[in-house]
Amino acid sequence: MSALKKDYIYNLILKGERSDGRAFDEFRDIELRTNVIEKAEGSAWLKLGKTEVLVGVKLQVGKPFPDSADQGVIITSLELNPIASPDFEAGPPRENAIEMARVADRGIRESGAIDLTKLCITEGEEVWMVFIDVHVLNNYGNIQDAASLGAIAALMTATIPAEREGKGEDSPLPIRDMPLAVTLVNIGGSMLVDPGLDEEAVCGTRITIVSNQDGSISGMQKSGDGALTEEQLLSAVEMACKKASQIREANLLNI
Amino acid sequence: MSDKPEKFIDENGLRLDGRQVDEMRPMKMELGVISRADGSCYLEWGKNKVMAAVYGPRELHPRRMQKADSVLIRYRYNMAAFSVEDRIRPGPNRRSIEISKVSREAFEPVVLTHLYPGAVIDVFAEVLQADAGTRTAAINAASMALADAGIPMKGLVAACAVGKVDGQLVLDLNKAEDNFGDADFPMTFTQDGEVSLVQMDGNFTQEEFKQAVEMCKEGCQKILGMQQEALRNKFAGELSTDEVDVELIEEDVVEAESDDVDEGAAEPEEVDEDVEESQDDVEDDSMIKADEPEFEEDEPEDEPESEEDEPEEETA
Repeated sequence: MSALKKDYIYNLILKGERSDGRAFDEFRDIELRTNVIEKAEGSAWLKLGKTEVLVGVKLQVGKPFPDSADQGVIITSLELNPIASPDFEAGPPRENAIEMARVADRGIRESGAIDLTKLCITEGEEVWMVFIDVHVLNNYGNIQDAASLGAIAALMTATIPAEREGKGEDSPLPIRDMPLAVTLVNIGGSMLVDPGLDEEAVCGTRITIVSNQDGSISGMQKSGDGALTEEQLLSAVEMACKKASQIREANLLNI
Repeated sequence: MSDKPEKFIDENGLRLDGRQVDEMRPMKMELGVISRADGSCYLEWGKNKVMAAVYGPRELHPRRMQKADSVLIRYRYNMAAFSVEDRIRPGPNRRSIEISKVSREAFEPVVLTHLYPGAVIDVFAEVLQADAGTRTAAINAASMALADAGIPMKGLVAACAVGKVDGQLVLDLNKAEDNFGDADFPMTFTQDGEVSLVQMDGNFTQEEFKQAVEMCKEGCQKILGMQQEALRNKFAGELSTDEVDVELIEEDVVEAESDDVDEGAAEPEEVDEDVEESQDDVEDDSMIKADEPEFEEDEPEDEPESEEDEPEEETA
């Protein structure tokens, strides 16, 4: 991005405006469609402004980890495919992609959104393995939040394919919570939610906060070469919880 | 792997290892332990043993990686194969790549990067023995190694973690608390009181989160005091002749440690004593590894598949 454009965006923010006219605490429009892939056990197509991700959930019978013999397994992967942006290259994931995938993974795992004990078929032998694959289709910024919302929506529509595997009757995936990631960036001392592509390029610091239905926090990650003051951190957390509950209400409760 | 303990905090309010909830494990550090490096630090924190070395600023190859207006900082967090209960495959994995990234970003706000355009500063952090909290231990060591190398910085960086067990916040998690606790929240504070690394997983209420930030901050201030003392012990001789420098350091000293400035200068041996014995067993080992920066390729060729990603606790 050109220095001129960076300057423009930065100076606009100092004046209290964003280049796309949004308020600092305003998300882009969210459009969510679920069950878009019949072959997947659950799926969601999510548009956040012009950013688009497709999340598919597949379930398979597998062996549990030895240290959690009575629990199912969640494996989340997220790749920045070259289809989504001229900046993404094929090949092994870079640190950015790895970080994003791991933050998405922890968001779902640590919130306890999926009741893993209900995914146990025979203790120590067979459990359901839940594969959450995030396919980034179009990058206009804030893939992290799009992936998070898409993933939980896809999980909420997922069915355990027990009949197919000869393990009894099909049932919905046991979902206990709806964790949502909200990302804020620090530009010129102001905190902005849902950064667009330009804003991501300008900001020094990005912070992603995963919060749950009861307002508790189950994940957090600061990223980028800047720092935050304590006040910025605390206010970011407060804002993220508020935004998450609004998004949850508008998009997830009717699934 | 041991099973989850029934209780993490006993009726006297003490943790499994006998600590108070807001008490850190003992920490000791020693500077200048790798003579080939421009700066280095060996740090023990409880059973964690980490070694950090800094090379640079030095010329960066390939040239296309050079940044025209600033120095490039590279940070490599690496765990020795033997550092944990079950041997881990040597080399970078997804976990270590992520930790390296966020750790580097913890230092980028404090290093005066504009002073060495086109150059690189390499920070290598080797975890020799891991016992919960290795990323914070590595950052504390790296912060010292950078100072030891004379890299111009706005200030030091100190790191520690707060977690939650039995519904109670605890400072500086031990292994059991890390594996089976309800939250892990590592953070770094810069000397200016800014936050340059935040990660969290588990579950905090918003109120707990605020308390956790305060606890972390106090922990980091204590660590900062120890870091400053160790630096003073090494450089006291040079500083005492130069009043200006002493004042600069004094300015940011945390309250708890502030009276020690002069004493430290007078008795430079103080801290070294307990660290010395540890140096011997370490130097005999093949610590030389850190000499060879292996950063030509920024990606591991055989990237572990996502399954490897799952059991984080096992290597954490």
